[in-house]
Amino acid sequence: MSEIDLKRRNFFKTSLGAAALTIAPGILLFDVAHGKPEAVSSSVRWGMLIDTANCREGCNDCVTACNKENGLSGVNNTTNAQWIRKIEIKEVSTGRQVSLPMMCQHCEHPPCVDVCPTGASFKRADGIVLVDRHRCIGCRYCMMACPYKARSFVHEVVTDQNPDVPRGKGTVESCSLCVHRIDAGLKPACAESCSNKAILFGDLNDPNSEISKKIRSVTSVQVRADLGLNTGVRYQGL
Amino acid sequence: MSAHPPMYFKNRLYYVLLAAGGLVALAGGYAVYMMEHHGHVISGMNNQIVWGVPHVFAIFLIVAASGVLNVASIGSVFGKMLYKARAPLASLLSIAMLAGGLAVLMLDLGRPDRVLVAATNINLTSVFAWNVVLYSGMFSLVILYLWTMMERRMNPYTKPAGFAVFAWRFILTTGTGLIFAFLTARQAYGSALLPPMFIVLSFAWGLAVFHLVQTVLYAWNDKQLDPLISQRKKNLMGIFVIGSLYMVAMYHMTNLYFAQQKGFERFILIDGGVFPNLFWWGYVVLGNIVPLILIYAPGLGKTRCVFAASSLIVLGAFSLLYVFIIGGQAYPLNIFPGYEASSSFADGQIASYSPTIYEFLLGFGGLAIAFIVTTISVRVLNFMPQDKHYITD
Repeated sequence: MSEIDLKRRNFFKTSLGAAALTIAPGILLFDVAHGKPEAVSSSVRWGMLIDTANCREGCNDCVTACNKENGLSGVNNTTNAQWIRKIEIKEVSTGRQVSLPMMCQHCEHPPCVDVCPTGASFKRADGIVLVDRHRCIGCRYCMMACPYKARSFVHEVVTDQNPDVPRGKGTVESCSLCVHRIDAGLKPACAESCSNKAILFGDLNDPNSEISKKIRSVTSVQVRADLGLNTGVRYQGL
Repeated sequence: MSAHPPMYFKNRLYYVLLAAGGLVALAGGYAVYMMEHHGHVISGMNNQIVWGVPHVFAIFLIVAASGVLNVASIGSVFGKMLYKARAPLASLLSIAMLAGGLAVLMLDLGRPDRVLVAATNINLTSVFAWNVVLYSGMFSLVILYLWTMMERRMNPYTKPAGFAVFAWRFILTTGTGLIFAFLTARQAYGSALLPPMFIVLSFAWGLAVFHLVQTVLYAWNDKQLDPLISQRKKNLMGIFVIGSLYMVAMYHMTNLYFAQQKGFERFILIDGGVFPNLFWWGYVVLGNIVPLILIYAPGLGKTRCVFAASSLIVLGAFSLLYVFIIGGQAYPLNIFPGYEASSSFADGQIASYSPTIYEFLLGFGGLAIAFIVTTISVRVLNFMPQDKHYITD
C-alpha cells in the first residue's frame, strides 16, 4: 500500500516539475519581450508627418538610426534590405529640389496585404503594416504590389540581429514603424534621431495630438494619393 | 548495328532520353539546394527585379499547360473527332507542364519548406491564393478527365468532365493574367487587358507545344500524320498566332496613347537595350512573322515547317515573357510623377539584372520534369492519337 502511495507521490512530483518547466520559459520570455496582455486598439492610428523643408539633403541620420535599431547592415547594394531611404527628387518643369525619407507608408488599404497569399502581410489594429515572419513564404508578390518600393527581401543569412526585431533569410520585410518601440511607449528610431525635427510621429486619430493639429493647419500630401490607399505617412512641402 | 532489330535501339534511346531528362532535373534540384542554402543572393534577382528567369519558365509552362487543353476542348466540347482523338495526349501534356511550372514556382520561394503554410493559410483577397486553388484543382480535374477518356466504363462522363476542364482552364489563365493585372502601381502591369491576352497567348503556345510533341511521337512510332489533319491544325495555330499578336499590339497601343505610359513604352520598344531587341527580334519576328510565313506561305506548311514554326513560337513565348516580367520591373517605379528621383535604392534608375546559372538550372529543371512525365507516360500508356480513316466533321 505504502509502495503505491510513493509511486503516486513521485508521479505527481514529476508532473508538477515538468509542467513548471514547460510553462516557465513562456512566462519568462513574455516578460523579456515586454509582451502586453491587452491587444492594440483601432482607436489609435499611428502616423507620421514629414516636413521636407526641414529635411536636409545629404543627411542620413534617420537611415542610420533605423539600421541600428533594426539590426540592418546598412550596406547599399541591390540585394541588401533598406527599410528607410533618402530620395532626392527634382521637379522636371521647375527644377525645384526636395530631399525626403521614404519608407513603408502604412496604408489604410495596403496593396501588400491584399496580394499576400498566406496573410503574412497584415495591418495591425493601430494601422501599422507588418510581416509575420513565420507565415511569409518568400513569394515577393507584396514587393511587386507596393507602390513605394518599401519592401526588401532577405537574400542571405542575417547575423547580429536585434532580439526585438527578428529577421530571416527567405522572407520579406519592411519598416515596422519600430513597433517594438511604440509598444514600449517610445517614438520610432527615425523620428527620434532626426536632428532637424523633420519627422513628427503621433496618433492621427487623436484630434488633440500634435500631428493631428499640424495636419489640420498646414498643407500636407500623401505620396501617390491618386491610388486611394490613405497612407499613414504624410509629407509637407511637396 | 544491323544485328539488332530497330526496337532494340529505340529501347536504349528511350532510357538515354530519360536519363538525360533526369540529369537536367537533378541539376535543377542542385540549384534549389544552393539557393536555399545560400539564399537568393546567388541568383541574379534582387530587391528591384524580384521575379526573374525562374518565373519566365514557370509562367510559360503554366500558360502553355492551360492552352494545350484547347485541343481537348475542341474535341469534347465542340465534338470534333479529329481533336477528340488527341484529347488524351493534350491532357497529359497539360498535367506534365503544370507539374513542371508549379515545381519551379514553388522551389523559387524564399521558404519552399513552408508549402504547408501556403496550403493552410489562404488569404481570400490574394489572387496568388486563388491560384493555389486553381492550379491544384486543374491538376485533379484533368486527371479525372483523362480517367473518363481512358477507362471505357467512365466514357459516358467524358463530356461533362471535358466541359468542367474547359471552364476551369479559362478561369485558371484569367487568374494567371490577374497576378499582373492586379498590380496597381507598376507601369507594365495593372491592365484589364492582361487576362484575355494571356488566354489568347495560351492558345498559341499550347498548340505549338502540342505540335512539337505530336510530331516526335509520330516519328517515334514510324507513323505518318494524315496531311489533311496536319493542314487543319496548322491553320488553327496560324489563327492563334495572329490573335495573340493582336492582343499584344493592343496592350502596347493603349499604353502608347497614355502620356504617363510613354516613357515605359519607349523603354520596352526602343531604347531599353536587351528588351526591345528581345521584343522585336525574339517575339515579333522569330516568334510570329517567321512562323506565320512557315505556316501560310505557298509551298511551305509541311510537317517540318510546322515543327519549325512551333519551335519558334515557343522561343517567341520566352522572349515575350522575359520582356514582360523582367522589363516590366526594370523600368523604374514612378513614385513621384513629374519629378526625377535618385536614391540608394535605385529610385529613378533602370534596374540591372543578370540572371545566374542557378536560375536557368531551376527553369530547365521544370522543363525536365514536364519532359520526364510525358516521356514515361507515352511509353507506358497509349496516348497515340487514334484517327479514323475518314473525318466526319
